[in-house]
Amino acid sequence: MSTMKTEIKFTLNGKQVKTTTDPLRRLIDVLRNDFDCKGVKEGCSEGECGACSILFNGKMVTSCIIPIGAADGQEIMTIEGISQTEKGKVITDAFADGGAVQCGFCIPGMVIAAYYLLENNPDPTEEEIRLGISGNICRCTGYDLIVESIRLAAERGRKLWKK
Amino acid sequence: MVTADISKAVRRVDAVAKCEGTIKYVSDYAFDDCLWGRLVRSSIPRGIIKAIHLPQMPDGYRFITYRDIPEGGHNYLHMIATDWKCFAENEVRYVGETIGIMVGPDKTTVENLREQIKIDYEEQTPAVTIDEGLECKGGAFVNQDNIHCRLSLNVGDVDAAFKKADKIITETIETGFQEHVYLETNGACVKPEGDHYVVMASAQCPFYIAKSISPLLGVTPDKVIVRQTTTGGAFGGKEHFPDVVCGPLLLAAYVMKKGVKMVFDREEDIENSVKRHPSKVVFKTGLDKDGNIIAMDSTVCYNVGGYLASSYVVLQRGCFHVTGCYSFPNIRSVGLGVATNTFPSCAFRGFGAPQTLFAIETHMDHIAEMQGLDPLEFKKRYFIKQGDTTSTNGKIVERVMIPEMLEQVMKASDYERKAKEYKWGQGRGIGISFYNHGGAFTGNGEQAIIKARVKLHKMKDGTVEILCSQTEMGQGFHTILPKIAAHVLEIPMEKVIFDDPDTSRVPDSGPTAASRSTMIVGELVERAATLMKPRYAKEEDFTVETHYEHPDGFPWDQNTFQGYAYLGYGWGVCAVEVEVDPCTAEITTKGIWSSHDAGHLIDERIVHGQVNGGVIQGLGWGSTEVMQNVGGHFKQTSMSDYIIPTSMDFPKQGVYFVENPYEWGPFGAKGMGELVFNGSAAAYIDAVSRAIGKRINSIPLPTEDVMGYLMHGTELDAPIEEVR
Repeated sequence: MSTMKTEIKFTLNGKQVKTTTDPLRRLIDVLRNDFDCKGVKEGCSEGECGACSILFNGKMVTSCIIPIGAADGQEIMTIEGISQTEKGKVITDAFADGGAVQCGFCIPGMVIAAYYLLENNPDPTEEEIRLGISGNICRCTGYDLIVESIRLAAERGRKLWKK
Repeated sequence: MVTADISKAVRRVDAVAKCEGTIKYVSDYAFDDCLWGRLVRSSIPRGIIKAIHLPQMPDGYRFITYRDIPEGGHNYLHMIATDWKCFAENEVRYVGETIGIMVGPDKTTVENLREQIKIDYEEQTPAVTIDEGLECKGGAFVNQDNIHCRLSLNVGDVDAAFKKADKIITETIETGFQEHVYLETNGACVKPEGDHYVVMASAQCPFYIAKSISPLLGVTPDKVIVRQTTTGGAFGGKEHFPDVVCGPLLLAAYVMKKGVKMVFDREEDIENSVKRHPSKVVFKTGLDKDGNIIAMDSTVCYNVGGYLASSYVVLQRGCFHVTGCYSFPNIRSVGLGVATNTFPSCAFRGFGAPQTLFAIETHMDHIAEMQGLDPLEFKKRYFIKQGDTTSTNGKIVERVMIPEMLEQVMKASDYERKAKEYKWGQGRGIGISFYNHGGAFTGNGEQAIIKARVKLHKMKDGTVEILCSQTEMGQGFHTILPKIAAHVLEIPMEKVIFDDPDTSRVPDSGPTAASRSTMIVGELVERAATLMKPRYAKEEDFTVETHYEHPDGFPWDQNTFQGYAYLGYGWGVCAVEVEVDPCTAEITTKGIWSSHDAGHLIDERIVHGQVNGGVIQGLGWGSTEVMQNVGGHFKQTSMSDYIIPTSMDFPKQGVYFVENPYEWGPFGAKGMGELVFNGSAAAYIDAVSRAIGKRINSIPLPTEDVMGYLMHGTELDAPIEEVR
C-alpha cells in the first residue's frame, strides 16, 4: 500500500517548499492538504473539467492527474499565487465586474485559464477565448459572461500583457 | 449608495472571494476530529439481501446499518413522501441504494474495508424503463400496478369534442435522464454537539435536511442544526438529495459519538445521485375540418424510480404545464408516476415542466408540419392571454407579453426570412419555442405549506442583517436580497449582511427552489425593510418580521387541482439556428436568441447570467447529454462520457427582456431561475428537424442519432398517426 517516501522540493507560488511523501500521491492532494491551497478544486478527478488547473513551469495543467513526484525541482503556481499578482488582480476584477462568477467552483481554474491565455495571447478574439477556456467546464454561466470578462481583462490589462 | 433603478447591475458580493479561491466549500473544511464515512450500496437493481459478510474490523472502525437506529427512531427520510428508506432493510430497489455506512478514522482504511464487504442477494428481474414499469416487469413492487402516484386534469369536454373532430392525431414524445453535474459534488459532515447534532452540508434547503433526517433518531428537527456551506451549484440536485447523504452520517455520528464526514468523488456522485425524470407524453389531439385544435388529451408518464420521495409534486407541475403557452377549449391530462428499479428521480431545474413543455412544443410543430404550415403561424392561433383559462381551470392573472417577446426574437434572429429560405431538409434550419414557468409553490402552497417568515435585524452600528433560510448556490441570491433591502432602506449594500443560513438562528422562509426566492422571499424582505425604514434612524437595535400572505380572490383546491395554480408565470421565447454537415451529421449551432419576461429585473446582469446558463443547460439536455440506464446501471459515470456543453459548443447568445412588473413581487420581480431552462431544447430540435427534414420525437439527440436519421430515410420519422 504505502510506497517509499521521498523528499520533493519545488517552487510553490514563488517560494521554495519541500515535502517528504509518497511520490505517487496526486499533486492536487498535496497542494490542498499539505500546503493548504484550497483554491485548487476537485471537480472530476480525471483531468476533464479543469477545476484543479494550475500553472506548471508556466503551462496550464490539471493537477488531479499529475503525481507529486513529477513536481520535483519544478515551478508551480496555484490560484493562491496567481490571484495576488497584478495580472491576477486584473482578471479577478474583470470577472467580478463582468458577471463571470456564479457558483464559483470552476472559477479559480477559469482564472488560471484566462491568465494562461493572456500570457500567450494578450489580445484574443472571442473565438480564441472560447478555445482557451474549452478545457474548463462551467455548469452555471453558459460561458458568455466569462468570455466577455476575459475580453474586459485583456483591455484593462493591455499594458501588463503587451510585450 | 443605492442606484435609482434596482435593475442596474452591481458586483456580486461573493465574486472576488470565489475568484481568489478563498471561499470555503464543504470539502475545504478540515473537520480534523471527525471520522470518514463511505456508503455501502446495492450493486443490483432489484432483489432481496440474503447475507452481509463483513471483514475483520480494526479498532475504531464500524459498519452501520438500519439495525443501529435507536428505539423510537424511524428508518425513513422525510421528504415530501416518507417512503424513501435511509437504509435498505431486506429488499433493494435500485443500484446504489444505501445499505450501510462504513466509518472510521483513516479514509483509505475505510475505503479498503468497504471494498471487502460482500453482500449476497437473491436477484429479481428489474423494470428499468417507463414501459417496463407500466408492464410490471418482474412483478409490481409498488402498489398493485407500479404506479407511485397519479392525477388527472379536465377542462371542458374532451370526449364530446373528439366526437365532433374531423381528425384525431396521436403522437408520443420522450425525454431522457439528465444529470445535474453541479461542479461541486455532494458532501457533508455531521457532528454531535451537546444534546444536538450539527450538519454542515452543500445544500439548497437546510430546513428540509433537519426535517428529513431527525426521525432517524426519533428527535425533533430542532435537535438537528443545519449550517449550509458555500454550495458549488445545485440545480435541484441538492434540494432533497442531501438528505440521502446526511441521514447515514447522522446515524453514524450518533453511534460513534463523533463527527463523521463524507465527500463524493465525481463517479460516485454521477452513479448514485438523483436525475431529471425521463418522460413519455402521449398526445391525442382533435382537429376540426379547418385544422384547428378543438381538444387535447395527454398521458404524462414520468420515470420516478424506486421511491416516490418528491416526485408527485414534479408530476403535478408537469401536467399543469402540458398545454404550454396555449389556450385550448377542451383539455384532459392524466399523469402517472411510474415505479422502476432506477435511482429515484428528483428535482432538476424546471421540476417537471421542461418535459411537458418540450412535448407540447414538438407536438405543435409536427401538427403544423403535417398541414404544411409554418409552426410559428400555427402556434400563434393559440397563444394564451390574460383572462384565458389554464389547464387547471384557473385564469391567467397577468398580462402575457408573448407577442412583444416574439417580435424581439424575430427581429434579432431574422426568423421570417430564414424560415422561408431554409427549405425542409436542406441542411439549415431555424426553430422557435414558447414556454413559461409558474412561479413559486403551486396554488396556495406558499400559505398552506411553506408559511415563509423572514426577519430583519438592525444593529447599533447601522448594519442590518437579513435572517431567512434562503441559500446561495450560484444563482446570486447573496447579492439579490441585500440589494432589495438596501434599496428600500436607502443605505449602502455593504451595510446589509446576509450569511449562509444556520437553522438554529434563522426563521424558516422555505426552500431555495421553485423559482420562489426572489418572488416570495424577496417580497417579504421588501416589506420588512419598508416596516424598518421609518424606525431605522431612531432606534438602535430592533427586529422586524414578515410572513407570507396569499392575495385573496385566487382559489386553489389541492385535492382536485382546480383553480389558480400560479399567480405569476415567467414567459419565454427562444429561437435557435443550426447547420447540419451532410457527411458527418455534425450540427453547428449558428445562433441563439431569447426573450424573457421575469417581471422587473432585480439585477440585469445576474438575470442575464441565469438566461445564458439555463439556455445552454437546456441545449445540453436536448443534444449531447446522453444518460442511459442499462439493466438498472447508469452507463455514463464520469465527465468524459456524460457530455455537458463546453465553451466551444454554442455561440454567444442574444438576450432580450420585456418589462412586465409583477404586482406581488419585490419591485415587480418574478421567478426566472427555472424558466430559462424550459424552452431551448424544443427550439433546437425544431431547427434540427427542419434542417434534416425529419420529425424528431425524442431527446437527447446526439450527433450519432442525427446520422441515424439521415441514413435511414423517412421511416425513422417520428410516428404521428391519424386515428380518424
